Amino acid sequence: MVRSRNDGNALEPWSDPAAEPYVRISGVTKRFGDFAAVNDVSLDIYKGEIFCLLGGSGCGKSTLLRMLAGFETPSAGSVVLDAQDLAAIPPYQRPVNMMFQSYALFPHMTVEKNIAFGLEQEHLPKAQIAERVSQMLSIVRLTEYAKRRPHQLSGGQKQRVALARALVKRPKLLLLDEPLGALDRKLREHTQFELINIQQQLGVTFIVVTHDQEEAMTLASRIGVMNHGQIVQIGTPSQIYEAPNSKFVADFIGSVNLFEGRLIEAQEGQARIQCDELGGVVHVDYAVDASPGQSVCAAIRPERIHLLREPPEHTGENCVRGVVREIAYMGDMSIYLVQADGGKVVRVTQPNIARVTHGQRIEWDEQVYLTWRAGSPVVLTR
Amino acid sequence: MGQPARIRLRLPAGQRAVVAIPYVWLLVLFLIPLLIVLEISFAQFAPMARPPYESILRWAEDGVLRLKLQFDSYQYLLNEPLYVSAWFYSIKVAAISTLLCLLLGYPMAYAIARCPPTSRNVYLMLVMLPFWTSFLLRVYAWIGLLKTDGVINNVLLWLNIIDEPLQMMNTSFAVYVGIVYSYLPFMILPLYANLEKHDLTLLEAAQDLGCGPIRAVLRITLPLSMPGIVAGSLLVFIPAVGEYVIPSLLGSSDQLMIAKLLSDEFFMNRDWPRASAVAIAMVLLLLVPILIFQRFQNRTLQAARA
Repeated sequence: MVRSRNDGNALEPWSDPAAEPYVRISGVTKRFGDFAAVNDVSLDIYKGEIFCLLGGSGCGKSTLLRMLAGFETPSAGSVVLDAQDLAAIPPYQRPVNMMFQSYALFPHMTVEKNIAFGLEQEHLPKAQIAERVSQMLSIVRLTEYAKRRPHQLSGGQKQRVALARALVKRPKLLLLDEPLGALDRKLREHTQFELINIQQQLGVTFIVVTHDQEEAMTLASRIGVMNHGQIVQIGTPSQIYEAPNSKFVADFIGSVNLFEGRLIEAQEGQARIQCDELGGVVHVDYAVDASPGQSVCAAIRPERIHLLREPPEHTGENCVRGVVREIAYMGDMSIYLVQADGGKVVRVTQPNIARVTHGQRIEWDEQVYLTWRAGSPVVLTR
Repeated sequence: MGQPARIRLRLPAGQRAVVAIPYVWLLVLFLIPLLIVLEISFAQFAPMARPPYESILRWAEDGVLRLKLQFDSYQYLLNEPLYVSAWFYSIKVAAISTLLCLLLGYPMAYAIARCPPTSRNVYLMLVMLPFWTSFLLRVYAWIGLLKTDGVINNVLLWLNIIDEPLQMMNTSFAVYVGIVYSYLPFMILPLYANLEKHDLTLLEAAQDLGCGPIRAVLRITLPLSMPGIVAGSLLVFIPAVGEYVIPSLLGSSDQLMIAKLLSDEFFMNRDWPRASAVAIAMVLLLLVPILIFQRFQNRTLQAARA
């Protein structure tokens, strides 16, 4: 999500070649025996970012996070934070704090004591600790709960204590492991925005690990999609969604229709793909980096496909005939599974703009036409 | 609101029976004998009688039931230096043994709890293995190890570490060795049960917040294992205060523990009232730590329930 700020450049330091990265992860590998949990990952993260590492379970995202925190030692590569190599620094001396997935609150301490714990380790004067703790409590709106124990708090309150406990140390970098994973849906949405507000208020750089693409899309300034221990794509949420660089990314983020086919024509500014499984030709109005005859895949999001009862004026390209096989009414939209003439089942979503009564809407087994704009599909070669 | 409360008051018959059986057992085989001992402790010693005391209740000639309470035995316990010193010695031995068990048992329990689950059971089995041999036999075995021409002395002499055998048998040292050896499993098991449940991410969180690994254990693991420490310590301390076999076999005859005095009083002097008074005093002495334990357990139970 792109947030509004006055200067546009500061918002996207990654597109400025002169900008100095704040965290530089280069060639980091972690092997457990023969298995490489993290395989040669290089990443530049800039000050004030919320960077999301997104991937399924076992993709290595948590291992990468634990290496940043210092709980795992990289087998190869280096991590530099604010021009300081972290390799030799044990976790308890790193200017990095972590918010654990289970929150890991100390059950024998009150909320206040939990938050003060990190500051006590720095041997700060008592008055200063008390001041910073109460300031943090008010930021996370838990002042009235200062004397409670963790088991007396709700899930959302625990989450805020965990956040406060990590942030009170004023870390250069905050690591968040599935920060919203344990919260229910309504609370998650609310907490997401709260997290962003607190982050902007304090200006701390966040690295978030999550398997939830929705969480990544709302929180992140940039997303790094991980698979099999490697980063497959790095980009802003809209780049990742609109211009995925592989079938894996296209499929992982949101839902997508993948049409396998063969490039039959590639010219300056346009290309044509013969899709037998679709029973038609996909036409795109931009240059494709592939040569004719090559197998490619056209990826198109379900909401970019239009569903028509009547055939459009010119059929042929970017228009496929099919039969409605399934309809799922979701309230705000409906999902249609349409079997194209070539046999492929295409997923289409249509917003339910008007309140429709019987007889007007498209029904099961009805013949329909699917069309899309020439700019909508993304042509993928891998 | 009244209905659920009424339901809870009346337990089903089966449940009541299950609860009643242990209570009846304790009533018949523990509380009643204890009351008999209490009665004897207030009775008059009568060496020629059989049993050797006068009952505290007697029918006088005029047909009146007379209750005669004798406090002599208790007075004797308080005034006799032998008893007072035996008391202090028993408590000292029990306290030091408990501390030694804790110092030895805590690292062991911690190490077992941090083992991979497959090897954990093997180590637990090893902790419990000595129970398969008779307790008496194991204490006798220590005589063979500790005596002047025993295994330990012979090895030390052979290695030229000492010139003449060490006097280990019949010393307080031998008593400590025997008690710590015998009761160590009672310390390890409750500690293990507690430490095994700890969430290790708490230690990572502590380190993440700037706490060194050793300090993290002291600030997080140690306070969280308090229920285990209390349970283990009481399981060692309470039987150690009343320990009879180990001090009789391994200890010196100059320094007696209270259980030895009790048995001498009972079997050698046949002074049942005095032996009973010792027993009652011992129960009172042990009641205090038990009550502390109960309070502690209730507190942690309430915290867990909330």
